[in-house]
Amino acid sequence: MSVVIIGGGQAGLQVADSLRTEGYEGKIEVIAAESGLPYQRPPLSKDYLAPGKEPVPLPLRGASFFAEKNITLHEGVPALAIDRAEQKVKLTEGSLDYDHLVFATGARNRTLSCPGVSLPGIHGLKTLTDAKALHAALPTARNIVIIGAGFIGLEFAAAALAHGCDVTVLEFAPRPMGRALTPVMGDWFAAAHRSQGVDLRLGEGIDRFEPGTDGRVGAAVSTTGAFYPADLVLVGIGVQPNDTLASNAGLETSNGIVVDEMLRTADPAVLAIGDCASFPSAHGQLRLRLESVQNATDQARHAARTVLGADHPYTELPWFWSTQGPYRLQMAGLARPDDDMLVLGDQAAAKFSVLCFREGVLSAVESVNMAADHMAARKLLAAGARITRTQAEAEGFTLKAAGRAPVVPVPPCSAAPC
Amino acid sequence: MPTITYTQPNGTQQTLEVAEGTTLMRAAVSNGITGIIGECGGQAMCATCHVYVRPEYAQALPEIREDEDEMLDCAAAERTDRSRLACQIKIDAELAEIVVDIPAGQL
Repeated sequence: MSVVIIGGGQAGLQVADSLRTEGYEGKIEVIAAESGLPYQRPPLSKDYLAPGKEPVPLPLRGASFFAEKNITLHEGVPALAIDRAEQKVKLTEGSLDYDHLVFATGARNRTLSCPGVSLPGIHGLKTLTDAKALHAALPTARNIVIIGAGFIGLEFAAAALAHGCDVTVLEFAPRPMGRALTPVMGDWFAAAHRSQGVDLRLGEGIDRFEPGTDGRVGAAVSTTGAFYPADLVLVGIGVQPNDTLASNAGLETSNGIVVDEMLRTADPAVLAIGDCASFPSAHGQLRLRLESVQNATDQARHAARTVLGADHPYTELPWFWSTQGPYRLQMAGLARPDDDMLVLGDQAAAKFSVLCFREGVLSAVESVNMAADHMAARKLLAAGARITRTQAEAEGFTLKAAGRAPVVPVPPCSAAPC
Repeated sequence: MPTITYTQPNGTQQTLEVAEGTTLMRAAVSNGITGIIGECGGQAMCATCHVYVRPEYAQALPEIREDEDEMLDCAAAERTDRSRLACQIKIDAELAEIVVDIPAGQL
């Protein structure tokens, strides 16, 4: 028996780890495109960029893990092709046989195509190499322009402010983090970042970059024609799934590798998990592709059980976090723009939650500096608790207290139209 | 060098010599100590690096901040007055030695 895992990120290593934890005794091989010990990405846009000496990356597992668990790590090795008939993964040299193959190939940064985009001083942020370059450039940077007010862009904006830089963020959409956050939370973050000193320009995209006298980037010109001096630019306009290897192998892809609720592709020997996988969500009631540590690790644990013969649908509640300067954002469940929203707490004091209701019942919670609300929301939503808007509006209601009460589940769909 | 001793639920102990500036979570994850996960990378966001600090070392620890306090309330294993998140405890000159107990589960 042999399991081959393509990807050395959170998802890939967790599958390997969980297979051993669940008692799998066959061969496990992990193919990692990047060289070196696999590391955690989330700190790269946060702690790693803080002023001070160059930090040490946090490994996903210690170096001893691979030998102790009898897991072979092929690091710095790209997977070139899959032969599904022969159940082989082709590498630069030789190939690996599999009984099960797990795609944990992650995602890559979207790239801009505008004049001047190749000028030195324009960065992306995804890998340790990217983070090292930014850590080296930040201490001498003065004027920073960030393209995209998503999570990476705004985490980086907070880091750049800590270095004493002038920071401008250009975002084409009307709100920051618009794909992920409710409008009320997006508007709050726009004001919060401005209060910290970020020049956040909404409804304004990038038109072109212009060189300075030294041949490096000197300015960004926006779609409104505005001219922003820039000696360092970060482009953070989202990612796209690494699904080409799968589609070349004849597997269906549609914004990610298409899998069923057991996380299997149409080929039962092949699974896909994490940022690269498009799966039917039990919570969003849609096909989804999520980019988060929670999604990577929970799907990895699930995929390990599927490989070992379990036949259960993946139903874990999505949750997510971001740290942007003094603001700790935590999200439980998936908010939708048409959800009914209720704010609890003190927005002026940056300590509040946005509760989302779908058909009158709590469906997602976004919290700023309210870890207790977030943890209670995760518990309540995962248990299928029925919290109505009327309950939440009652005097003295808190999610923390509701989380301690016995859970009343939402009735199944067969009991009522939904 | 400062030392950290991790005690597993079955009583076995592993002692690491670590550099100043590292955290109890980072040292554990980097050295393959079973039972400390640190899934959020040290942001006090996931409560999967919960440890029980032996009382004789409690005085040398930094105060529990509100975010750590709220996350500890929801850790998988029972919270006691010895509970801390390993990512929030940094080894420095004040803390040359520490012994912690790892709970039975983190998820």
